[in-house]
Amino acid sequence: MSAVLNPIVHDSDVDTQHRALRFLTAGSVDDGKSTLIGRLLFDSRAILADQLDTLEKRAAGEPIDLSLLTDGLEAEREQGITIDVAYRYFATKTRKFIIADAPGHEQYTRNMVTAAAGSDAAVVLVDITKLDLSQDAVTLLPQTRRHSLLAHLLRVPSIVFAINKIDALEKPGAAAAGFAKVSTALRAFAEQAGIAVAAIIPVSALRGDNVTQPLAADWYQGPSLLQVLEGLPTVQEKVEGQLSIPVQYVAIAGEGTGHQPRTLWGRIAHGQVKAGDEVQVLPSGQRAIVAEVRRAGETVSHAVAGESAGLLLDRQLDVSRGDWIVTPGSATPTQSFQATLAWLDTEPAVPGRKYWLRHGNRWVQARISAIEHRLDIHTLAEIPAQQLAVNEIGHVQIELQAALPVEPYAANRVGGALIVVDPSSNRTSGALLVR
Amino acid sequence: MNAPVKLHKLLPSVDQRHLDHLEEEAIFILREVAAAFERPALLFSGGKDSCVVLRLAEKAFKQRVSGNEFKGRLPFPLVHVDTGHNFPEVISFRDQRAAEMGERLIVAHMDESIKKGTVRLAHPLESRNGHQTVTLLEAIEEHRFDVLIGGARRDEEKARAKERIFSHRDAFGQWQPKEQRPELWNLFNTRIRPGEHFRAFPISNWTELDVWLYLARENIPLPGLYYAHERQIIRRKGLLVPVTEVTPPEAGEQIETATVRFRTVGDMTCTCPVESDAASATDIVAETLTVTVSERGATRMDDRTSEASMERRKKEGYF
Repeated sequence: MSAVLNPIVHDSDVDTQHRALRFLTAGSVDDGKSTLIGRLLFDSRAILADQLDTLEKRAAGEPIDLSLLTDGLEAEREQGITIDVAYRYFATKTRKFIIADAPGHEQYTRNMVTAAAGSDAAVVLVDITKLDLSQDAVTLLPQTRRHSLLAHLLRVPSIVFAINKIDALEKPGAAAAGFAKVSTALRAFAEQAGIAVAAIIPVSALRGDNVTQPLAADWYQGPSLLQVLEGLPTVQEKVEGQLSIPVQYVAIAGEGTGHQPRTLWGRIAHGQVKAGDEVQVLPSGQRAIVAEVRRAGETVSHAVAGESAGLLLDRQLDVSRGDWIVTPGSATPTQSFQATLAWLDTEPAVPGRKYWLRHGNRWVQARISAIEHRLDIHTLAEIPAQQLAVNEIGHVQIELQAALPVEPYAANRVGGALIVVDPSSNRTSGALLVR
Repeated sequence: MNAPVKLHKLLPSVDQRHLDHLEEEAIFILREVAAAFERPALLFSGGKDSCVVLRLAEKAFKQRVSGNEFKGRLPFPLVHVDTGHNFPEVISFRDQRAAEMGERLIVAHMDESIKKGTVRLAHPLESRNGHQTVTLLEAIEEHRFDVLIGGARRDEEKARAKERIFSHRDAFGQWQPKEQRPELWNLFNTRIRPGEHFRAFPISNWTELDVWLYLARENIPLPGLYYAHERQIIRRKGLLVPVTEVTPPEAGEQIETATVRFRTVGDMTCTCPVESDAASATDIVAETLTVTVSERGATRMDDRTSEASMERRKKEGYF
């Protein structure tokens, strides 16, 4: 029953496009990923001054090598520093973007898991010069399969294939024919794997063709990469339906004596809240009426999913960080669940061992009670496994020391995501997506 | 003089809502700091980025009374490492803001470290930037801080682009790039051992333009030297070096008066202004937008480059 939650009417122009679109770029170094990122930054004039300096010094007199823009990071990798994800920023007139750039070969899964968590889209680079175009049915490279299956497994909402180095096909008609063949192969692969493809587009990162400027070719009338990115949706929290707030911070308001109302702060995972709503606190199960709703320093009429809200309740309840505030009766905490586990630590994941899990704002002790199987990241085939090594992904069964209101990750990222921390090293060892 | 620029003309509504989102994220991180740690502190230098973080902290933990006035207290003190080479007007701004807000300000003086012998200068006018870390770590130890909130941004330089929002420091206060914890969703791993600490960066995802847009929109007070003023300078290697007691003119150098503003305010020995007649945050937004457009032009490259290297030096000491 949701009688306690009356729907709140929103401005009709509310959209999510104002949020920066966060996307990850997947591709090996020689696929032209650095050049592509360099091109996006350069064409949108988002180049840092020190990078311009680098370009100037190292490319004087020659055509500008845009891959140098990310070269600083490459150099550090040569020195043996593990660089996982680097964040880059650029903007167009209509949108802001955050690139989660995940470099590396060996650590690829780990990097990509980190970049994919919280990303709205993935741009998978396909190097057309590495494919045998003489066959009718083009065979895709293993890395293309791996990158897209990982993005799919980590539930990145939009997957875009950018077929790069299209400028290398110089013979008349070769680019058009090559693009058509590779597109067909990608579509067939995506359909078989159950991947929804947001777009397949030809680009030349080197020349800038169809990255930020439309391709000047009679065989392609579609959008540029930037136009595709500008139109993609950001992950949207569900504003309608049941309320769910993980309590982040409990503040004592006022410094006076006597009654000190406590403000329960948390970012709304889904739903909305306003004064007068009845809510329930988990795990205690106690109920109360919301007396006041606050946002950043102000009292407001209501707050919706994605916003941090401060709730003052009509009575004093025992609420602490890690608890959940929900629509009464809407959540059922559980002590065991099935999940996809991506392992990030060089120490393998061992069933039976105790780990710390973080779900919402609560730390709970837990065990991997069983590894059902490991997934081959080139095919998603299920392979029997006793443990999961670094960069491996599997389906597991988790047993918790205390019940948590978990939700499937597909339904809600906040309720469905957990991190695994090794209690002896404090390292973040794994990422769990509730199935 | 420039005609007054209207902020809303510069800012399409899309940017306003983008700022709302950045604010939301930063406040979320600040509350996470207060909730997950026992002894936090906020690094406040009077610089523009720390002024933004301070305003975000007010919004996270206080109730607005009106305009720039909030009631309540922050759940942590403010901390500043005073190198002894800071601009006097920034120091007085720092003290004035802390007093107006009724917040506790802890100043760690590098002169104390020099007296104790933990900081040794090669010569009296050596840049003190690199030595700040010593004094900062001494303050962390003395006050047993387990997390420091800083105003660093990922767009500042390449090395910062891979910094975490919650960045772990070992018992020696060192950053171990190889040991960085992957940061997934908003599930920050803030688990810590005694003696270790964290740095938290709430405005990691802001760009310099975002900072100026926010300063303008929120009408946040800043030290006057961020805005156009007349100052005695020397032109040296393409930089405008301010004439101060620690940066005196060298033999044969000409002192001139120029209309300048500072884009960053750090140690006097290595912070240079740029020529500008931008008199308000909104003017600076307009100017920053123009600079972005002409960034590719060679004329401004020297300026931009030298400023970036300045910023980098600042960060090496502090973060």
